[in-house]
Amino acid sequence: MYVAIVFLPLLGAAIAGFLGKFIGDRPSEIVTCLLVSVSALLSLVAFYQVGLQQQTTTIDLFTWIQSGALDVSWSIRVDTLTAVMLVVVNLVSAVVHIYSIGYMSHDPHRARFFAYLSLFTFAMLMLVTADNFLQMFFGWEGVGLCSYLLIGFWYKKPSANAAAIKAFVVNRIGDFGFILGILTVFLVFGSIDFDTVFRAAPTKAGETFHFLSWDVDLLTVMTLLLFIGAMGKSAQIGLHTWLPDAMEGPTPVSALIHAATMVTAGVFMVARCSPLFEYAPITLMVVTIIGASTAFMAATIGLVQNDIKRVVAYSTCSQLGYMFFAAGVSAYPIAIFHLFTHAFFKALLFLGSGSVIHGVSDEQDMRKMGGLWRHMKVTYALMWIGSLALTGFPLLAGFYSKDAIIESAYVAGTPVGDYAFWLGVAGAVLTAFYSIRLIIMTFHGTPRASEEVMSHVHESPKVMILPLLVLAAGAIGAGFAFSGFFVGNAGGFWGDSILILPENPAVQMVVDHQYPWWVKALPIAAGIIGMLVAFYMYAMRSDLPGAIAKMHHGAYQFLLNKWYFDELYDLIFVRPAMWLGRVLWKGGDGRIIDGFGPDGISALVLNLARRATFLQSGYVYHYAFAMLIGVAFLVTFYMFALGG
Amino acid sequence: MVDVPLLSLVTFIPLVGALIILMIRDKDAAVVARNARWVALNVTVVTFVVSLFIWINFDPSKADFQFEERVPWISDTITYHMGVDGISVLFIILTTFLMPLCILASWEAITVRVKEYMIAFLVLETLMIGVFCALDLFLFYLFFEGGLIPMFLIIGVWGGVRRVYSAFKFFLYTLLGSVLMLLAMLAMYFQAGTADIPTIMATTFDGDVQKWLWLAFFASFAVKMPMWPVHTWLPDAHVEAPTAGSVILAGVLLKMGGYGFLRFSLPMFPEASEYFAPMVFALSVIAVIYTSLVALMQEDMKKLIAYSSVAHMGFVTIGIFALNDQGIEGSIIQMLSHGVVSAALFLVVGVVYDRMHSREIARYGGLVHRMPKYAFFFMVFMLASVGLPGTSGFVGEFLVLVGAYEANTWVAFLAATGVVLGAAYMLWLYRRVIFGELTKDDLKDILDLRPREVLVFTPLALVVMWMGVYPSSFLDVMHVSVENLIAQHEKAMAAVQVLELAAK
Repeated sequence: MYVAIVFLPLLGAAIAGFLGKFIGDRPSEIVTCLLVSVSALLSLVAFYQVGLQQQTTTIDLFTWIQSGALDVSWSIRVDTLTAVMLVVVNLVSAVVHIYSIGYMSHDPHRARFFAYLSLFTFAMLMLVTADNFLQMFFGWEGVGLCSYLLIGFWYKKPSANAAAIKAFVVNRIGDFGFILGILTVFLVFGSIDFDTVFRAAPTKAGETFHFLSWDVDLLTVMTLLLFIGAMGKSAQIGLHTWLPDAMEGPTPVSALIHAATMVTAGVFMVARCSPLFEYAPITLMVVTIIGASTAFMAATIGLVQNDIKRVVAYSTCSQLGYMFFAAGVSAYPIAIFHLFTHAFFKALLFLGSGSVIHGVSDEQDMRKMGGLWRHMKVTYALMWIGSLALTGFPLLAGFYSKDAIIESAYVAGTPVGDYAFWLGVAGAVLTAFYSIRLIIMTFHGTPRASEEVMSHVHESPKVMILPLLVLAAGAIGAGFAFSGFFVGNAGGFWGDSILILPENPAVQMVVDHQYPWWVKALPIAAGIIGMLVAFYMYAMRSDLPGAIAKMHHGAYQFLLNKWYFDELYDLIFVRPAMWLGRVLWKGGDGRIIDGFGPDGISALVLNLARRATFLQSGYVYHYAFAMLIGVAFLVTFYMFALGG
Repeated sequence: MVDVPLLSLVTFIPLVGALIILMIRDKDAAVVARNARWVALNVTVVTFVVSLFIWINFDPSKADFQFEERVPWISDTITYHMGVDGISVLFIILTTFLMPLCILASWEAITVRVKEYMIAFLVLETLMIGVFCALDLFLFYLFFEGGLIPMFLIIGVWGGVRRVYSAFKFFLYTLLGSVLMLLAMLAMYFQAGTADIPTIMATTFDGDVQKWLWLAFFASFAVKMPMWPVHTWLPDAHVEAPTAGSVILAGVLLKMGGYGFLRFSLPMFPEASEYFAPMVFALSVIAVIYTSLVALMQEDMKKLIAYSSVAHMGFVTIGIFALNDQGIEGSIIQMLSHGVVSAALFLVVGVVYDRMHSREIARYGGLVHRMPKYAFFFMVFMLASVGLPGTSGFVGEFLVLVGAYEANTWVAFLAATGVVLGAAYMLWLYRRVIFGELTKDDLKDILDLRPREVLVFTPLALVVMWMGVYPSSFLDVMHVSVENLIAQHEKAMAAVQVLELAAK
């Protein structure tokens, strides 16, 4: 069954990709949707068996790389952590597949699109079912590739191509850390199988090793390197710049890859490696700081963006930050719980935005929307559900997971925990603000779109709306229904898949409510404040946002330009690399190596030869003169050398 | 095992083919050309099929040389000695596998002196296979140097505009290194009293002598690889060579350097290899970063791929001199993989060159609209070059990095930056050529791959995936030989240590 779960999407991708041209677009769509849906149903069975009945399994397929002590297999490992991811990945993927039938109905390359989607699903499944670091890396790069292909799906657009390359290359920078992490794991443990490594991890705690030129704490460096990989994939501060640009891809792609699944791979990896991270307290601190900073930074940028998808993208970035700082205070189960609920409501928000964009003739700028709610009531309602779930409105999904994260940061009781707590609360205000801003700008007020566009505005077809209902159900009920399992670990839900040392009791303290009442109340209050402010600014005093922007011009530009990360990177990495490339090519290869090497030598030889020809003048007296000098020289030499 | 002298058979079938083509005579040049093409194709296919028997009958559990043949040649000590072990056998397969594809790729691209062209290629094949089979110093030298001549002609006669400059640069560069190697071989011959490679492997040379000999061999192999800073002949040679010439150059000739290190430097001069390893690391790391940066800025497709070859070969030398299982096996896989992938990439460039007669990146753009099949194959090979897991490129790179990390973390750290840069230049190339709007008028009726071209690319793509997903088929062949190589090396180093201790 597990083999089927993983490989059915690959089969679908192969059929749509290679045979798509022969069988046509519609059959390709049906085949891929069907196969992914079957996978999704089987995943639910797997979730029941593994999560609720604790039947973990590992299936060995065949050897991948074997060389010396290194022995890596293709295998499928299913424990609770994997089962959760299986459900998230396959469910969202199935929903997105079906939704795309409607969304992409005007696209001439549908077979290719569905092939990519299914291929992505397969790669993501390989990632979450990996039993060793290398297979995880395979999935890791595989999803990166599909993300690249799908961002650049509309390859006519230069911006889409640029975004695709940027996504791949920035991810590669993260992978650079990841692969060094894997190398360290192998060097230290002599194996890269999860079981072997995790079992041996406690024995290596506190040991040092020689990395580059320094002796450093082994597990700290190892986990930091792995975490760099996670930062790249999950768009954490510093390596986040690719995610907003990735919105160039079709909207279903953003929902699947850049909200629900791929970008959460980093969080999954940290949770999966909890047996390593737990023994590296410094790394955990770093994770917390990075996560909290990202949560805050991305939320501030989200405040001022005008592209509807970019707002949601920055929101995703920010929510990933929340997951990370939860993991940083050892609340891995809560991080995964937020990953789980976030998948529903964020996919809902993206697909809802897609529905809006579809309705207003592919316009993404919110300044050209407004007053849409009359024309698309279902979408409107769904967007409300998604937004409220995101802001942590009581009893919706985000309420259970996001508030638990903020609480866990508080109960950690460390300075970095406090840092995360306050930034988390601040982030909650901002989250509520931009969510409501999005809703008001899009659906309320006077229509700002042209007459022409407004006359075309329509509710999306059923094939797009029905899948959204599934997500909406998750956004409403997932938190309430599963909180006991994920956070409370009811019935030993997590099994052995996550390790938490007794020194880091954040999760348990959250479960036992060991915090003052105001910690529970604060995030809710924060959410309400954010909403009210946004409501006031955009619904009642719509002149206010512009005025504030004008008043604090510098700050506004700073946020609008995304803290100038792109410009900074361009200045310190991209340009110097190109400059260096040109200098090394023309100067290094051309002038120095060739100049002094082959070209220089051949020029020298030619030169000497040309001079030598002067000697051959053909006149006998020249030659006689030369001989005479020679004789004189020899005679002198012998006289002095032998005689003296 | 088999009584048939398989190695000689595989080595000399192409030469026989060349003789057959030589005898083709007809008044009509077109008939001659057609016959020459077909003969060459058949001969290379037969060679490939026969060479498969070597692989099938090869016993991967033995470290010794297999399929040995030995007859006296110049003297009793300089013999015609052939044999293969787990290191060399796959290179033979690589060579015979690429040859038919080269012939197919030259089918319509070469229109003048077709007969001579095919002869040059077949002679070249014989010499290349010979290099990997030879177990005698001078036999090896004969094949190794002999290969220069047909390649020189291929570049010089059928090459592009600056073909003469490039051909001479290629020839002189390589010859210069080889002369030093010949001197070293003579020295070894006089000291060991034999030119038999297995015997010399068991001989220990004096520490200082080893260093000189090592340097002499290094001069030759480093140019062949090519390593920084003696790599500048490669971009020129590639750019000017006809497509199939580039394929062979990148696919097989470059591998001779790496093979030479494994066959000579490591087993014969263990002490010197250890001594010079840091230098090799330094040069390789520079090569990886330097040429990746240079590749980023190239405007000519072939030059870009040529520079990327230098970077990939940097990984190979790192792996070899990491002197451990993963490093060496990784470098062999990397060489095989690069042999297939870079060959494929040059063929990919060849396809559009045949149509548009330009290699300039800026001349293209938006090809995917007219050439979806082409875009697909280009994508596969581009990704393999980038080293995406699941393709052959990843296995080699990863194993090399594992080996390097054990040897020296700095080396692995710096080499791994090549992973980022490699992605940057290849993706950028792909984007500029394949994606975007199709705006150039003369590209608007460019044709997608013909069946003949699909026939060329399909096997290459399959091999790339095969090596990426199940590399055991290749790794299993070399395990024992590589382990033996390392065991011998460690034994030699242990002996040196004992001597040093005794001297104190």
